[in-house]
Amino acid sequence: MATTKMTLAKSLTSGMRKAMERDPKVVLIGEDIGKLGGVFRITEGLQKDFGEDRVIDSPLAESGIVGTALGMALRGYRPVCEIQFDGFVYPAFDQIVSQVAKMHARGLGAVRVPMVIRIPFGGGIGSPEHHSESPEAYFAHTAGLRTVACSNPEDAHWMIQQAIECDDPVIFFEPKRRYHDKGEYDVDAAAAPRGLFEANVVRAGTDVTVVGYGPVVKTMLEAAAAAETEGTSLEVIDLRSLSPLPIDVITASVRKTGRLVCVQEASSFLGMSSEISAQVTEQCFYDLEAPVIRVAGANIPYPPSRMEDNFLPDLDRILDGVDRALAY
Amino acid sequence: MSDKAVAERQEPTPSVGDGGPDMIQLLTPEGQRVSHPDYDKYVENLTADDLRSFYRDLVLIRRLDAEGYALQRQGELGLWPSLLGQEAAQVGSGRALRPHDFVFPTYREHGVGFVRGMDPQSSLQLFRGVSQGGWDPKENNFHLYTIVIGAQALHATGYAMGVKMDGNVGTGDPERDTAVICYFGDGASSQGDVSEAFVYAASFDAPVVFFCQNNQWAISEPVTKQTRIPLFQRARGFGFPGLRVDGNDILATYAVTKHCLDMARSGNGPVLVEAYTYRMGAHTTADDPTKYRISAEVEQWKFRDPILRLKSYLAHEGMADESFFKAVDEEADGFAAELRAGCLSLETMPGHTMWDHAYAEDHPVMEAERAAFLAYQASFEEAN
Repeated sequence: MATTKMTLAKSLTSGMRKAMERDPKVVLIGEDIGKLGGVFRITEGLQKDFGEDRVIDSPLAESGIVGTALGMALRGYRPVCEIQFDGFVYPAFDQIVSQVAKMHARGLGAVRVPMVIRIPFGGGIGSPEHHSESPEAYFAHTAGLRTVACSNPEDAHWMIQQAIECDDPVIFFEPKRRYHDKGEYDVDAAAAPRGLFEANVVRAGTDVTVVGYGPVVKTMLEAAAAAETEGTSLEVIDLRSLSPLPIDVITASVRKTGRLVCVQEASSFLGMSSEISAQVTEQCFYDLEAPVIRVAGANIPYPPSRMEDNFLPDLDRILDGVDRALAY
Repeated sequence: MSDKAVAERQEPTPSVGDGGPDMIQLLTPEGQRVSHPDYDKYVENLTADDLRSFYRDLVLIRRLDAEGYALQRQGELGLWPSLLGQEAAQVGSGRALRPHDFVFPTYREHGVGFVRGMDPQSSLQLFRGVSQGGWDPKENNFHLYTIVIGAQALHATGYAMGVKMDGNVGTGDPERDTAVICYFGDGASSQGDVSEAFVYAASFDAPVVFFCQNNQWAISEPVTKQTRIPLFQRARGFGFPGLRVDGNDILATYAVTKHCLDMARSGNGPVLVEAYTYRMGAHTTADDPTKYRISAEVEQWKFRDPILRLKSYLAHEGMADESFFKAVDEEADGFAAELRAGCLSLETMPGHTMWDHAYAEDHPVMEAERAAFLAYQASFEEAN
């Protein structure tokens, strides 16, 4: 098995390249994704190799990106939209939740709209307003959409290909502050290590379960390493799929540990952690030794970048959450 | 503000206006054929049979509309959006299409659907509440109704971009070259999605005809609330042609749409058609136009009725006589009876099917919720 060391960003590029080589109906559309390769260079080199018809520089209008992509899907294409930053997806919100999400149901199954909407999300990169948000709950809340978030290079490589192959619309969240993290894996492996909608237990443990997705997975692993030195064993779950929610992996872990800490950058109110907490309480009531603890962003507009460290869940706040769970 | 700017500001499109000198017309309101140097050629080859079939379509869809209205009043439909007054705009443009062209309708294009071969029950089932549409758009190249105003303009544009990517534009092969037509109204012209569609269509030379039925009213708001200039002139700012056609003149609507579809298919990119017409009825059965418009305006538009206009022309030219008109009316009676019976026989699907089509692929939540619902229902049966 030959492995390659690659960044998360380049893993997305290689994944999309493979999807485009396999299926001529796969097209990319977004702002600045052609010659520039996107503001994060995720599509770098693809327009040169696949042409302007398959890597489409769009006018600067997000509803237009998603709405025309939907039209292309109706024509038989598999469009992959790039939204430049999380905070810029809202102009396309109506197209996503009222059109993309509902088209299959509206036609009683006669119409499929296989499309992917890629959204770099999360903070920690020192950006101005609208560049650091975590809007995943809006989409996970909407039936008809599937919502996933990758956290590491190997998953990025596989998950983007699986999302493109999916016959349902997929909202694909990319942890932008982890774009340059490197991972070593076999890019030419015959099959993905797991399905797109499966969670992954990235570290086994016995005392407390910690679940999260996207950029915080790395932070959770660092917290687990730190906790180990203090004699606490954390089981870390990378959720990967936000909708459908792979709750069984979480409940299986909680039945073992009896304690759960949910981590997210998004504001805590009605976030993914709220849903996980509710479902775990419903399903594991007698297994829980402590209430489900949420470690999340504050319920305020995302702060100016010099203050964002106060907002984002970091290693210490995760360990504080673990301590609170263990206090019961 | 310059004098010119003031002048433009004061040039709204009065809803009782006659459409102005730019409006293309081939039949006067009295049914007199008038010549037009650019558009006569599109109707020259229409036979008396063709024109009689146009007339039949107009009468049948007006009847469809009347039945939809009545069925709503009888409590059989939840809502009905009327097309009364817009029959020529819909039949004229719909009949100009080729089978492989693709239509993106609003929720009012029952007439376009009818001439595309749609089962008239399709729109009834939506407004009866047994489905949200539920038809396969590929069967008649007629997309599902879109209710969010203007959202379909982007779908039409993207679909047309796909047509172009397929290489089905400008080949000269009439069996291959394909156009897309997107319907919307004067109210939708204010929506951002319509403007974005114009930008995208222009940028990619998408083969799409934007067909705006300006029926003068967006629920209670007159078109002057939406625009300071005639709507067809909007196209100029986006860099493609815009035309105004008499939407109550089926010959002109047919000719202008044919012309625009040809332009789109040839690779010239998008075109905007403003079909100048009038919503004779309410916005929907939930609306009360007496609160916001005067009956004198409606009375004035009655003189421009699209069906009477074609009827006068056919009679005057000796292409149809009373026996023909009577036969069409009788056919409409039978059609109406079938519609009513069909509507009443539309079945409501069992509750557990709600989960069947939210997703194309298997989804654990769908399966779990459906199973829970069935178990809940079964618990009552066991109790009995």
